[in-house]
Amino acid sequence: MNFDPRFSGRKFASVGTRPIRPDGIDKVTGRARYGADFNMAGQLVGRILRSPHAHAKILKIDTSKAEKLAGVKAVITAADLPDLTDGDAAMYDVLDNCMARSKALYDGHAVAAVAAVDASTARQALKLIQVAYELLPHVTDVDEAMKHTAPLINDTIFTEGLEEKPVKPSNVTKRSQFGHGDVHQGFGHADFIVERSFKTEQTHQGYIEPHACVANVSSDGTADLWVCTQGHFVYRQHCAQLLGLEASKLRVTSSEIGGGFGGKTHVWAEPVALALSRKAGRPVKLVMTRDEVFRASGPTSATSIDVKIGARKDGTITAAEATLRYSSGPYAGTWAEIGAMTAFACYKLDNVKTVGYEVLVNRPKTAAYRAPSAPMAAFAVESAVDELAKELGMDPVEFRIKNAAQEGTRSSYGPVYGPIGIGPTLEAAKTHPHMKAPLGKNQGRGMACGFWFNFGGQTCTDLNIGMDGSVSLAVGTVDVGGSRASLSLVAAEELGIAYEQVKAVVADTSSLGYNDMTDGSRGTFSSSMATISAARNAIKILRDRAAQMWDIPVDDVVWENGHAIAKGEKYGNLAALSLKEIAAASGKTGGPIAGHSELVADGAGVSFATHICDIEVDPETGAARVIRYTVIQDAGKAVHPTYVEGQYQGGAAQGIGWALNEEYIYGKDGRLQNAGFLDYRIPVCSDLPMIDTQILEIPNPNHPYGVRGVGETSIVPPLAAIANAMSNAAGVRMTHIPMSPPRVLAAIEAEREGRA
Amino acid sequence: MAGVAVSTTINGDHVEYLCQPDETLLDVLRDRLGLTGAKEGCGTGDCGACSIILDNRLVCSCLVLGAEAEGRIVETVEGMAHGEKLHTLQQKFLEHAALQCGICTPGFLIAAKDLLAKNPDPSEEEIRFGLAGNLCRCTGYDKIVRAVQDAANVMKGA
Repeated sequence: MNFDPRFSGRKFASVGTRPIRPDGIDKVTGRARYGADFNMAGQLVGRILRSPHAHAKILKIDTSKAEKLAGVKAVITAADLPDLTDGDAAMYDVLDNCMARSKALYDGHAVAAVAAVDASTARQALKLIQVAYELLPHVTDVDEAMKHTAPLINDTIFTEGLEEKPVKPSNVTKRSQFGHGDVHQGFGHADFIVERSFKTEQTHQGYIEPHACVANVSSDGTADLWVCTQGHFVYRQHCAQLLGLEASKLRVTSSEIGGGFGGKTHVWAEPVALALSRKAGRPVKLVMTRDEVFRASGPTSATSIDVKIGARKDGTITAAEATLRYSSGPYAGTWAEIGAMTAFACYKLDNVKTVGYEVLVNRPKTAAYRAPSAPMAAFAVESAVDELAKELGMDPVEFRIKNAAQEGTRSSYGPVYGPIGIGPTLEAAKTHPHMKAPLGKNQGRGMACGFWFNFGGQTCTDLNIGMDGSVSLAVGTVDVGGSRASLSLVAAEELGIAYEQVKAVVADTSSLGYNDMTDGSRGTFSSSMATISAARNAIKILRDRAAQMWDIPVDDVVWENGHAIAKGEKYGNLAALSLKEIAAASGKTGGPIAGHSELVADGAGVSFATHICDIEVDPETGAARVIRYTVIQDAGKAVHPTYVEGQYQGGAAQGIGWALNEEYIYGKDGRLQNAGFLDYRIPVCSDLPMIDTQILEIPNPNHPYGVRGVGETSIVPPLAAIANAMSNAAGVRMTHIPMSPPRVLAAIEAEREGRA
Repeated sequence: MAGVAVSTTINGDHVEYLCQPDETLLDVLRDRLGLTGAKEGCGTGDCGACSIILDNRLVCSCLVLGAEAEGRIVETVEGMAHGEKLHTLQQKFLEHAALQCGICTPGFLIAAKDLLAKNPDPSEEEIRFGLAGNLCRCTGYDKIVRAVQDAANVMKGA
């Protein structure tokens, strides 16, 4: 396909407007079908038995009593999910996480499952399964796990990325390093140096919809899976591989998804549901409880980070260095590596070095959480940047502007930037009215910046034009927050027709070619590129059909505003043909009209944001409250600005929860103590103010409309913005997230004692 | 266990069903009656996704037994629109994009309906506290609050 993805600076008719989303009415009337809203005739209820231990050898599992219980149709253990991963270590970890094989590696690790005629029978059956465990010492803290004396979670792990292979196994799976220049020399040129250590606790994406699926495996080797997921094509691949099915014989339909934020990018219970269905010979519905979601899906990493930044008196940063340790659960990850890449991405640095360590702990397997790994690194770096500005006596915004990366800057993780938004978001912050608003007693203002790469990836889209001239757009990226609206706008824009004439659907895995997941803020970026490409292919056919209808050469036909137009004076008597007219005649001019597109969406433009935050701290209790919040972020081009604002606001709210309150709390026994929304408290409506947004549009040169991903960057700055506000409001530098009331109060009291 | 026979009114319709004594009203609505608008986000009354109105009182249907609906009046999100005509709150949620994933939306709509029935002219703070029993993880609540404010204004004028 000769598709040119370069930015063309066109004038928009549909893109940038704010119509009502096509899936809206179903969602406000309760008709939309989410993961748990689907049922099949004869379906069974699946339930999973989970380890209550943080680390234990599984000596024996006796399922005989459960199997004999009336109404139980299948009981499975790891033996029913044999290892078909053929040396693929990452897939083996997925398999082991879905169903523990020889060891339970965290509180909540699946060890067996049942399918029964109803939920109460299934629950009863779980109690009849007898598992003999041999308890092993466990470790849940990231720093503790790195010590030589820590219990080994996997004795086959020898740290990768070191110059020499270590002699002994450890919990550190990998070391990674990024940067350029000579930091030692750079610090030598610094007049001021700030060096700090930080910790962040583990948080969960907190989507309101628990994981849910219905699996149906037939004896002929075909299967269906209905599931809430961010990537049904990826789920198909993983499930097919683990179950030994042919991918094309497993049809996966993505339901409406009730939030994912990265947490629905991995298979958890789906292979178990398929294995239960295969054994029982009936459809099986498997829905996680909230307790299971917290204990056994994939929260983000807990981290421990050291940062050192030096600057000259004039405010130029001379060197920056960070060491980042990220927990990955009991399986290898690349989370610290991503943190190490993002840490200093906002700045233009001659000398920069970051080192990441991936650390195994007896906690659930880490999964992506919105700009995964970046918020923690930004918390550490942006806190230290504020401290350094203070030492220099510089305004924190001016200090950042002076050191901000620009077009042509070599980023701290390698690539050279094209046109980017860090400078413009900082300039916008500097002049924003929020910056000049007065503050009251116990109130303080903070700001911070954030970066996310944005992903592109494999994308396939079909655009079919009906004989009535309506357009159906089939996309393969799951709609997590309004992308059917934005992609309909793009199709309407390209074809020159009304938004209402387009109907976008998310197609199942048997109806469309492979698509990567909706992750990395790629949904609208990638699928809009594929939609534009598909529409342009359809326009070629529409022009050709119009040429046939007029009996003139196709080269004389152009497409403008939804019409074929015969170009040139000699065709003055030919009235323009609308898409509808051409579609109506399609049966006589060559059949159905469609445009297809299969592409790898390259060139996702990087994304930057600057946030401003005011908080009020109660010095008696340490409780902090956000009283004003502003998000300024580059969207490239906001396709549907209302949903872009929604992404900015939602990310900020998640970041506020992370900064102030959310954390996984483990007991000494290695068990999660707050596996519910009562004790793992996410922000509620009365916790937050309105969240103001400002959309900047610095076109991405690698997308026809200039679109960049917008979904994730907004969660990156809040941790540091709030910590910086806390420093200004209460006079304490918080280095441990969340800044929950007890931690803040302890810091305030320590500060008072220090002064006394 | 023997089932409990229940006779109740749901969204204005007379409904009869059999349920187990330990079965929640949420499970009855979803699994026995096909009313899947109410969602189970937690099962412990913490998220509000299963909000319904029971005899003019906002409740989490996951904390009510199916048997308790006997002789009472149940309102769910499925009863908010009249034919093609959406309730003002539903319309304003769409116009303000007060939903992203939409899983919390039925609960918010029901909670907001209950709030406006009791306080037709709420302040922003009253809306925020009135909806504090419902969790939304996508929107940061900004557009939800604005939609409810707008709906309240329209409904006052009606």
